[in-house]
Amino acid sequence: MSTVTTARREGILRRPTATTGFWSWFTTIDHKKIGILYGATALVFFIVGGLEALLIRSQLAQPNGTLLNADQYNQIFTMHGITMIFLFVMPLSAAFFNYFIPLMIGARDVAFPRLNAYSYWVFLLGGLFLYSSFFLGGAPNCGWFCYAPNSIFDPTVGPTFYALGLIITGIASTAGAINLAVTVINMRAPGMSFFRVPVFVWMGLVVQLLLAFSLPIITVALFELLFDREFGTHFFDPTAGGDPILWQHLFWLFGHPEVYILVLPAFGIVSEILPVFARKPLFGYQFVVFSGIAIGFIGFGVWAHHMFAAGLGPVANTAFGVSTAIIAIPTGVKIFNWMGTLYGGDLRFTSAMLFAIGTVTMFVIGGLSGVTHTIVPSDYQQTDTYYIVAHFHYVIFGGAVFGLFGGMYYWWPKVFGRMLSDRLGKLHFWLMLIGFNLAFGPMHILGLQGMIRRTYTYPASLGLTFWNEVATVGAFLIALSILLFLVNVVVTHAKARPESADVADPWDARTLEWMATSPPPIHNFDEIPTVHALDEFWHRKYVEDERTGRLVPAQAGAANGHDEDPHGGGHGIHLPSPSYWPFVASLGMPLIAYGVLYSWWLVGLGALVALVGFYGWALEPSVASEDA
Amino acid sequence: MADVAIERGGGHGADHPETTTGLSHTKLAMWVFLGSECMLFGALITTYVLYRGRSVAPPYPADIFDIPYTSVSSFVLLASSLTMVLALSAAQQRDEGRMRLWLLTTALLGMTFVGGQVYEFTAFYHEGLKLSTNLFGTTFYVLTGFHGVHVTVGVLMLLSLFGMSFADRLPEDPSFPIEMVGLYWHFVDIVWIVIFTVVYLIPTPSPGGPGGP
Repeated sequence: MSTVTTARREGILRRPTATTGFWSWFTTIDHKKIGILYGATALVFFIVGGLEALLIRSQLAQPNGTLLNADQYNQIFTMHGITMIFLFVMPLSAAFFNYFIPLMIGARDVAFPRLNAYSYWVFLLGGLFLYSSFFLGGAPNCGWFCYAPNSIFDPTVGPTFYALGLIITGIASTAGAINLAVTVINMRAPGMSFFRVPVFVWMGLVVQLLLAFSLPIITVALFELLFDREFGTHFFDPTAGGDPILWQHLFWLFGHPEVYILVLPAFGIVSEILPVFARKPLFGYQFVVFSGIAIGFIGFGVWAHHMFAAGLGPVANTAFGVSTAIIAIPTGVKIFNWMGTLYGGDLRFTSAMLFAIGTVTMFVIGGLSGVTHTIVPSDYQQTDTYYIVAHFHYVIFGGAVFGLFGGMYYWWPKVFGRMLSDRLGKLHFWLMLIGFNLAFGPMHILGLQGMIRRTYTYPASLGLTFWNEVATVGAFLIALSILLFLVNVVVTHAKARPESADVADPWDARTLEWMATSPPPIHNFDEIPTVHALDEFWHRKYVEDERTGRLVPAQAGAANGHDEDPHGGGHGIHLPSPSYWPFVASLGMPLIAYGVLYSWWLVGLGALVALVGFYGWALEPSVASEDA
Repeated sequence: MADVAIERGGGHGADHPETTTGLSHTKLAMWVFLGSECMLFGALITTYVLYRGRSVAPPYPADIFDIPYTSVSSFVLLASSLTMVLALSAAQQRDEGRMRLWLLTTALLGMTFVGGQVYEFTAFYHEGLKLSTNLFGTTFYVLTGFHGVHVTVGVLMLLSLFGMSFADRLPEDPSFPIEMVGLYWHFVDIVWIVIFTVVYLIPTPSPGGPGGP
């Protein structure tokens, strides 16, 4: 791999050359390393958000809780929501997309490797910026939706941090979305037509397009909120003719596609795991793909079901109730496809498989409670109660988080060349499943009994104590299961690393990423595979016996391209060189944000840093010359 | 910011196309980005349209707009799309002198537009319309300001291309980066046509008097 470590001394900063070591993580533009960075960062934020959840549940375990006061509680539940959505599920999905989209489509990297690094650094700095608010006058306290006009009249700095922080992470996500969308559309291996693309990659494309077209809407809303708070505008100020409902429209025009941004990656992962462990092709591949696309489209037309109680009138409420009911159809199609995949399959219940099945079953519960919201009069009763809290946790925790953990167990050997312990993995699954249902199942009952959302305490006389106790026990069980996962990671990595060949394809999988070594070389594939079918790798491994019609292994050596590679070791493959500039450019973003809060000089400095970063980036060649 | 390394180094064989669609990554990314920008301006323009005529305090649009003045600066911006095309055409013919001339002309026309906007904002400010005066000031300054920032970014990119052509930092065939900046530039122009029509040309009824000019 000598070609990727050549030096270059042109420009202001010496071109970084190292691909290993501490500093290489700051300059890397390898999609696999960036994927690991995304994943590790997301897990850290997950633990922080989880600790916030435990604080919330401890406060609510008993009536008249005194662990947190009302103000602290508001900050904690707001940051819990923001963290889990923007700093955990979205970046963890981005981690999987970053790592596996190029591998699954037979590419060497994403379309814009340096832009990829920039996305990661901007996301990380945006997350740190949001969390710095705890030390700079108080975290956002307005809920993850930060409704106007409350948010514009709030005297604390919280909503300003909210607006600035989400603008920053939104810029990161938009850049990443454009990058990955172009990668899927434009970098598929020869022969990989759109209907030979794995479902996970398809869902990736849908999610990136949802991001690219929905994030600008909330960006505008956040700028309007920011201007209302900092520069005296009147966007959401009713006394000047503004309309607080506009915030709700703009927020949910983003916010509902966001639900699918959170859950479709997990649907993609499930669609990869089930066929592998059922040893059957995905049932109705094209239906799954088109349902995903349909969900993406319809997802832009249902936002007002978050606003049934806002007084939009019976016509609007009915229309959005109908469109919301319609979106259940493509979702239901997927559920039946997954069941059809399992039906008659040769099932292996590994940890990954259990998490995939858990995703489907838990999401069905969340989906059904979602259908109850389409009935507007019923929604009037449920809105702003714990019934809603139960519903969206079943969708996002039950749907997205279970699926993402399934992806961890499934792809861990590919990323790190080590198998996570299946025994601990199963224990993790069952503990998490039980804890999850204990934590969020009772919230349906609490909500229907009238326990309101976002309340920091409740009197004993309401009779809500028992189910709140159960929910708190469940929350701690989830925490214990996550602890088991971390133990599993530590134990796995403490052991000696197995031979690469043993973990190259441990599940007898179907898609291209398993053709690479584990972990894959920096250039992914010595020779880009030519694709002849959906589930290409499977078809290279197995052929149908002409007499019996059964699958028999293909001739040895035909499956792995790198066994017979005449070029060997990836020499002569030119990959983009590491670069400081994406990191430098990203530093401008939080400087500008702090500047808006504290001093215009900082804004100028931040703009200068960003500009220097962008010019350094634009003027350096993406591949360092070899003659330097 | 074109990371073209993958295109150059993406495989041993030269027998298959460099990209799946045949379009360059950068051009595809630019189109997705412009789609994203459509949603950004869509949300901003929607906000303006929703709030038209809902100001509860003067000054109102009819009191303050100088349509002939803004028409001239709009014409300047639209003319810059023509010079942008001329720059691209010169680049495609490898006529470096004319390419530089038209790049600079486009940048200057853009700067004239932005300068005109700064003058307009200053004049409105002195006539009593501040960002915080009323809902009209709020929506007007934020919408046109966002557009002005976009034009400024475009001017920066044009001047960068102009400077890079002297420092010999443009690729052998300079038409590609010019085409990309051109796509962005034309988009910003088209958005201005919508903004000019919605904000200036369609009369807004105001409580104080007859709507529009």
